[in-house]
Amino acid sequence: MKKYWHVLNIGIQNNLTYRFNFLARTLFGLIPLIAVIYVWRTIFEGKGSDAVVGTYTLAQMISYYLLVTIVDALTAVNEDDWQIAADIKDGNISQFLLKPIDYLVYRLCLFFSGRVTYIAVTAIPLALFILCLRKYFILPPNWTALGSFFISVVMTAMLQFFTSYAMAMLAFWVLEVSTFIFILFAFEYIASGHLFPLDILPKGLEQVLFYTPFPYQLYFPVSVYMGKSAGPDLIRGLIIQAFWVAFFYAVARFAWNRGIKKYSAVGG
Amino acid sequence: MNPNSPEAPKSSDHASRITNHASGTPNSSAASSPITNHQALITRYFSIYAALWKNSVARELMFKSNFLLWIVVELLWFGLQLSFIGVLYLHTDKIGSWTKWQVVMLIGASSFIQQLYQAFFLINCTNLSELVRTGKLDFLLLLPVNTRFVVSLRQVDLGAFVNATFALATMAYALHMAYATHEITSFPRVIQLFGFFVLCIVGIVIHYSLMFLLATISFWTVRAQGIVWGYYNLFNIARMPDEAFRGLFKAIFTFAIPMLLVSNVPARVLVKPATSFKWSLLLLAMSVLCFAVSEWGWRASLRRYTSASS
Repeated sequence: MKKYWHVLNIGIQNNLTYRFNFLARTLFGLIPLIAVIYVWRTIFEGKGSDAVVGTYTLAQMISYYLLVTIVDALTAVNEDDWQIAADIKDGNISQFLLKPIDYLVYRLCLFFSGRVTYIAVTAIPLALFILCLRKYFILPPNWTALGSFFISVVMTAMLQFFTSYAMAMLAFWVLEVSTFIFILFAFEYIASGHLFPLDILPKGLEQVLFYTPFPYQLYFPVSVYMGKSAGPDLIRGLIIQAFWVAFFYAVARFAWNRGIKKYSAVGG
Repeated sequence: MNPNSPEAPKSSDHASRITNHASGTPNSSAASSPITNHQALITRYFSIYAALWKNSVARELMFKSNFLLWIVVELLWFGLQLSFIGVLYLHTDKIGSWTKWQVVMLIGASSFIQQLYQAFFLINCTNLSELVRTGKLDFLLLLPVNTRFVVSLRQVDLGAFVNATFALATMAYALHMAYATHEITSFPRVIQLFGFFVLCIVGIVIHYSLMFLLATISFWTVRAQGIVWGYYNLFNIARMPDEAFRGLFKAIFTFAIPMLLVSNVPARVLVKPATSFKWSLLLLAMSVLCFAVSEWGWRASLRRYTSASS
């Protein structure tokens, strides 16, 4: 296990060189966030006082977007999928085939170190931003919600990582994976609740979405935090989320094993 | 190996053609009047640009399936923005005074402007930091043409033209729907359409100037690529209806970084003509200002250039 500890350590040091990039990304990322909050405020004002959209008050709506930003900072894959695809394409994975290191665990360590660094860099600006909007920021209704939120966030991170990893495995078969990654990302962006909370969609559409893994990549932990998934719903949601994590872990392993058989170490 | 071999003779052919031009011009211009001299300069730049186009077409033809897939990716994101608006208008009739199909027009206009900007400038702006980092800018500086011209227009993204067409089609449909639902009382007249396209060009100039200015940061720090991609977040607010914003945020994104003007004003000319004239003047003034600032930034940055590894 000690070797993976080293990987983690090196990963953090590597990522620290990108600290200004991370900071720029966070600060630039706040601009569309502010914009979308403005748009919702205007919509709520147009509807009169104590208006609701779906089940959301203005404060809940703003909290939703703030929580999305937090969960995203905690769980989003940064450039892991590109790097994995590049490793395969450039033949860099050959060295891992010879060493007693499991490539998936190795990448998981790097993913984790990336998140740690990202959070270290963005925690302060993000916290300041939320502080400015504190009158709109609601707290979880009870301790169960908060605790389950953390469990769910960890599973979200795993799910994000394993889906990206599985996607990057395409590099064994096709030369250019970036378009595929972007196409998946587009679906993920809308169906995981990045743009708007999924429960303001028409009921039928929302139910269909919940048969896909997308809501568990972002929307679910936020809904847990806000107390929208509680009791039996919460338990069921966590179980389904765990299922998707296991599923994509299996897909990632399977794709790797198949890919390795085809792999010819171009340029490696 | 394969993609390189047909490319190599082509590019050397290019270089010789450009130098031919360059050596040809001073001789002919010495004898001719100032007017033909001016014309000769324009035709020369046109022929250079035509050569750059030919190069870009050849490049795109090498990766045909990739070319098509990128069009699909862009279309998906466009659809995504439209569905966001669709969901918003499930729960409201108006954002400020903007109605549903008016906002669809706005998003179409924003996408049209962004795609055309992307077609002509985006790759070149993002590549500038790479040119500086590797020192390849040396070769462009040595060419007997305006360096900003060749840096800004080197590559053309042909797929973006396809997506710009989709944006226009969406706008036409939205216009039809806006008329059918009485969100607008009359179809735009020819003069409005003309104004729209002129203002789109003005908007493209603003996007280009600002992003080029951001890209020149690469002369100061090597890691400018992240900053350049950060500009993508600004496209996000360009497609939001201006009336949603207030206070400092609105002031900054109107007068410092005029994102709230770039696509709102052209869209206003079509769907809210009554208030659009003063906005058009402001947009025009801001584009001149942005271009002047970016030219100043470019010259200041270029003076710092020391090339790489030498």
